[in-house]
Amino acid sequence: MSDTLKMIFGRLSIESLPIHEPIVVATFCGVALGGIALLGALTYFRLWGYLWKEWFTTVDHKRIGIMYMVLGLVMLLRGFADAIMMRGQQAMAFGANEGYLNAHHYDQVFTAHGVIMIFFVAMPFVTGLMNFVVPLQIGARDVSFPFLNNFSFWMTAAGAALVMASLFIGEFARTGWLAMAPLSGLDYSPDVGVDYYVWALQIAGVGTLLSGVNLVATIVKMRAPGMGLMKMPIFTWTALATNILIVAAFPVLTAVLAMLSLDRYVGTHFFTNTAGGNPMMYVNMIWIWGHPEVYILILPAFGVFSEVTSTFSSKRLFGYTSMVYAVLVITILSYLVWLHHFFTMGSGASVNSFFGITTMIISIPTGAKIFNWLFTMYKGRIRFELPMMWTIAFMLTFVIGGMTGVMLAVPPADFVLHNSLFLVAHFHNVIIGGVLFGMFAGINYWWPKAFGFKLDKKWGLVSFWCWVVGFWVAFTPLYVLGLMGVTRRLRHFDDPSLQIWFVIAAIGAAIIAVGIAAFLLQIFVSIRNREALRDETGDPWNARTLEWATSSPPPAYNFAFSPIIHDLDAWYDMKSRGAVRPVSGYLPIHMPKNTWAGIVLAGFSLGFGFAMIWYIWWLAAASFLGLIVTAIAHTFNYDRDFYITAEEVTETENARTAVLARHGA
Amino acid sequence: MSATTVPKGKTPVFYQLEEEHHEPGGSTLLGFWMYLMSDCLIFAMLFAAWGVYGTSYAGGPTSHELFELPLVAVNTAMLLFSSITYGFAMIAMQEQRKGAVQAWLLLTAVFGAAFLGIELYEFSNLIHEGAGPWRSAFLSSFFTLVGTHGLHVTFGLIWLFTLMVQIGRKGLIPANVRRLQCLSLFWHFLDVIWIGVFTFVYLFGAMR
Repeated sequence: MSDTLKMIFGRLSIESLPIHEPIVVATFCGVALGGIALLGALTYFRLWGYLWKEWFTTVDHKRIGIMYMVLGLVMLLRGFADAIMMRGQQAMAFGANEGYLNAHHYDQVFTAHGVIMIFFVAMPFVTGLMNFVVPLQIGARDVSFPFLNNFSFWMTAAGAALVMASLFIGEFARTGWLAMAPLSGLDYSPDVGVDYYVWALQIAGVGTLLSGVNLVATIVKMRAPGMGLMKMPIFTWTALATNILIVAAFPVLTAVLAMLSLDRYVGTHFFTNTAGGNPMMYVNMIWIWGHPEVYILILPAFGVFSEVTSTFSSKRLFGYTSMVYAVLVITILSYLVWLHHFFTMGSGASVNSFFGITTMIISIPTGAKIFNWLFTMYKGRIRFELPMMWTIAFMLTFVIGGMTGVMLAVPPADFVLHNSLFLVAHFHNVIIGGVLFGMFAGINYWWPKAFGFKLDKKWGLVSFWCWVVGFWVAFTPLYVLGLMGVTRRLRHFDDPSLQIWFVIAAIGAAIIAVGIAAFLLQIFVSIRNREALRDETGDPWNARTLEWATSSPPPAYNFAFSPIIHDLDAWYDMKSRGAVRPVSGYLPIHMPKNTWAGIVLAGFSLGFGFAMIWYIWWLAAASFLGLIVTAIAHTFNYDRDFYITAEEVTETENARTAVLARHGA
Repeated sequence: MSATTVPKGKTPVFYQLEEEHHEPGGSTLLGFWMYLMSDCLIFAMLFAAWGVYGTSYAGGPTSHELFELPLVAVNTAMLLFSSITYGFAMIAMQEQRKGAVQAWLLLTAVFGAAFLGIELYEFSNLIHEGAGPWRSAFLSSFFTLVGTHGLHVTFGLIWLFTLMVQIGRKGLIPANVRRLQCLSLFWHFLDVIWIGVFTFVYLFGAMR
């Protein structure tokens, strides 16, 4: 009997469900109720067909971009719930007080927090923004491979779904966000946690890699006529650099995770302590991916800040050429610094010096960018709209984070600060102050383009101030604690004199929580007041790049006629030289068809991952077979595109002409 | 600035009023090439692992004892022949000779399958001798590197047969030509990787 059960369910059993963990059970009830309410509402309002036809199967880069942003936002809530649990635990667990999280649970929480925030919050935000903005900025109608784009999104979503499943079925890794060997090997982590980690990242990684290939091809091949490389908007430049980094870095992650899973499933000896294995190899390889990864996240944020600074200073970006070269230098240097993550591993003074110096050199192009933004603002007519405020907060915050980074780059100092809360404060300083502030600037900036109305400023300001103040209240104490020698990932402390700092940090996290709530409220209020916030011109910020040349939201085909580019800041050029929008002579437009294949393939991948995690071999084989058969069947479909008729284009564009006439444009 | 800047006072053309004809799938080869380069990086990591673990015998059998160069030479010949025959398929494709394309593809598949067969024979022999991937880090990295290449050849074969069916149905239409070109890149890429495997794994390994 038990053998049969084992064959059907693998190592999945009733004991795998965390019914004895009250926190998890309560969370599950909350999620289940919310989920049932959501599904009920979708069914009641008959939205399934609409969602399936218009969103899930869409190949429109704008909609896929928006779906990425929604995924990132949902996962942000989960990742932040982890964060606030940690801050609460550390604020109370002193002396006799053990806090409310046991070690088993706490270790999962900090691992899940890191994994989710990097892979399923920051990455979807960055990819979503690039997906939405880049084709519009280069005057294209879609990306190079529209089906692949849909598939990439669903693979990322499938990875996120696996991480979420680990909360209620089994457990997540207890290894820290990089699952360092040999701790992540079968000897020390025999449970399903690391397997969840491996398969979630492998599946999401396929999506990330393919979307990287897709966007590089798009930027290289699909630019509007006249847009030479040095006339590309700076956000597109940073997107190009980031996607090149994705193509060049993610295969490394794939390879190293594959080796880890071979160690766990087949019994090989890559990273074991025995039989010739070498855990140091894992550390090296994971950081060869890991360091470029942080630039994958930050470069698009730099692009957002560049666009925002120039738009809201009403000036051409200062030092465009130097900005482009700075981006490229950072791209290359990001491959030459990975060893600074483990100066203490014992590579010797010469090796450490080399990597310390390359790390410090990165601050030169980064500093050049900061000066470029400052000089763009200098003598500009600065409008303090929300995106600009996020940008200024970024400049103040990120510079501090960058400087503590240079401190960590000094190997002798790193021997003291390694693995301390100082490091934790540093990377939150650059990731929150850089990437996240950049994403908020980008969301506030491009929201009107995506939906046709601006975001509410009052709640935006509340969110802004809570985030900025909350960030500093939460992380300054960690710098202090780190300098006192407190290491990271601790669940309990003995020295009561440290407690006050953790309490302050917890207050900071609470302020950030208000910031997140205000952000959600901002979206809610804006949707409710959308008529008052409506922008019909398509260019609410008096902006400079091509995405503002079309309507908001843009039609499926983006541009009825491809724009011809004569200068950097093409839309500003068109406006200032009186370009006249053609109002007749529309032609049919060739567009890709929606497809079910992406979501189905990702569904099979999800099933495959889940089966592999739980050793349900029959399901793994069946899912894998389904994956292959579906992929092959999809290639037999040659009928992948259609024409939007000239009449339909004329109708859409005439409506726009009428609206523009009302605004006297 | 550049030549597209129009002198002051004159309004340049800002919209393209005639539809430009875009070749469908114009980015496919570039995109596929980039995918191959990313794949190449996976192999780079596996080669790096081989570089580190190549002599980590852990008291077990060594590469010098295990590798049978004559067998590997035959295997290499199979793969190289399959590359040549794929090249002939491409020439036939350019001449729009559908039957010839199919015949050369079939021959390619035969050589590819022979390659895989010999590799599997080698693997099963090694495992039989107690030199499986779990014996030592040296064998782990050997099996992973060579096996990953073999897995690629397997998927290449599945792709090749699929494509033969599609060519049989639709003929050498542009979409199929594009697919043939992609598979060609893939197939020759695997050849290049194999040259690396043959040299750095088998030849250097046997000489140790």
